Amino acid sequence: MAEFPSTRRSVLFATRSEDSAERRLGYERLIGDYWKPVYKYVRIKWRADEDEAQDLTQGFFARAMEKHFFDSFDPSKAAFRTFLRTCLDGFVQNQRKAASRLKRGGGLAPVSLDFESAEGELRIQPVSPDADPEQFFHREWLRGVMAASVEELKAHCDERGKPLHFALFSRYDLDREEGVSYEALGREFGLTAVTVTNHLAWVRREFRRIVRERTSE
Amino acid sequence: MRFLDDQALERLRGVCDAPDLAGTRYELRELLGRGGMGAVFRVYDRELEREAALKVLDDLGAAVELDEARLLAKLEHPGIVPVHDAGTLPDGRAYFVMKLVRGARLDAWAKTASLSQLLRAFQKICEAVAFAHNRAIVHRDLKPSNVMVGEFGEVLTLDWGIAQVAHAATDVAGTPRYMAPEQARGEADARSDVYSLGAMLREVLPANPPAPVRSICVKAMSEEPQQRYGGAMELYEDLARFLDRERVTAHPEDAYEKTLRLAGNHRVLVGLVLAYLVMRAVLIVWKFG
Repeated sequence: MAEFPSTRRSVLFATRSEDSAERRLGYERLIGDYWKPVYKYVRIKWRADEDEAQDLTQGFFARAMEKHFFDSFDPSKAAFRTFLRTCLDGFVQNQRKAASRLKRGGGLAPVSLDFESAEGELRIQPVSPDADPEQFFHREWLRGVMAASVEELKAHCDERGKPLHFALFSRYDLDREEGVSYEALGREFGLTAVTVTNHLAWVRREFRRIVRERTSE
Repeated sequence: MRFLDDQALERLRGVCDAPDLAGTRYELRELLGRGGMGAVFRVYDRELEREAALKVLDDLGAAVELDEARLLAKLEHPGIVPVHDAGTLPDGRAYFVMKLVRGARLDAWAKTASLSQLLRAFQKICEAVAFAHNRAIVHRDLKPSNVMVGEFGEVLTLDWGIAQVAHAATDVAGTPRYMAPEQARGEADARSDVYSLGAMLREVLPANPPAPVRSICVKAMSEEPQQRYGGAMELYEDLARFLDRERVTAHPEDAYEKTLRLAGNHRVLVGLVLAYLVMRAVLIVWKFG
């Protein structure tokens, strides 16, 4: 799989901010991007049951906020997701060694996470037992980034009065049926194939921009 | 937030990879392949009315080093797919436009070729790489998927997108399987390409190749750069020696191998001597039998 750009730097800067509100927002954003890959990774690689994986996921982020794990990240050495995964492996190892329940972090309430949705996704998209943990983690991270970008794209199209553009994107790039063509889409939406082409070109450009903004600066 | 299954994820990756060619002379046709450094697309050049291959580098933050692109454009050699054009997409990604090569990848073609055909094709790769080295350019990503054997038997080394001027090659790039140890540490030079050539040759050879050819691979892939061939042409010459039934410098042959090789070199003479000896034996048997 080709490399994909890493987490946007502004989020990482925010997690190191002196301003506690900004720091909190930075962590919320970072947790939003990473909690599902972390949870699934702990379930698959560390073979944790649901309860343990939930505790470890909550505990990992709480401890990261408390101990400023991510302050030592050096972008010249590795991608952030690789760094985070290494921190996670160390954290899980230590927790298992200690064989104790996780300590929640320094007065910071754990972020509420929808673990049931993550379990549902694992059921929909089963993971091969031979899957490489690094690639699996990367793919799940990418899945999260793309899903969040699709949400943002939808809101962006609605704001601009272009729900039709999003509908075309959704039909062609998200839920494409076998053999569907621009002509067929045009008939379905009452548009010419050229208009479908132009609308899709615009919406895809916007999608690329959103993904790029979420992943790189 | 909706869940994206693997198919939807791949399609969205395709959308992100696809270059925004608005404002350029190229029209996007299809994705040809995706590698470690980026994706290659078949495009149509509206100005020249022909198809070309356009490679987009993955790193969104990378700006095109135009000096480097100009340098690569000077690699005019029959065995090198030249860079025709380079630029930066609106999203900041760098791209290179190259000749669209029609043919088979080296590894696929090698399955149908004889050993001598394969080694002669490999010599052409060595020539192209040596040509670049003479201009102080190292490829840094030599592998079977970066060599095409064209419809007319031409052998073309492509994907010079991460090639660099030898003394400037300090970042880590390339494909681990074919990468010299020093290249993995960010110290690539011409001998790193020699290592990759050896790794590539080893991979495309048939099972149980002749010992001298195996030795050529081993020498090219020595851990220490000083133990390898001094350059791609030295590797070329050792392959030529094998093809000409001469002694390969990488292979210390024993008496049996030497006899076999020399006998192979003088097949007519050996045949005549054997025929003479057989005739003499027949005469002796007839006379005293």
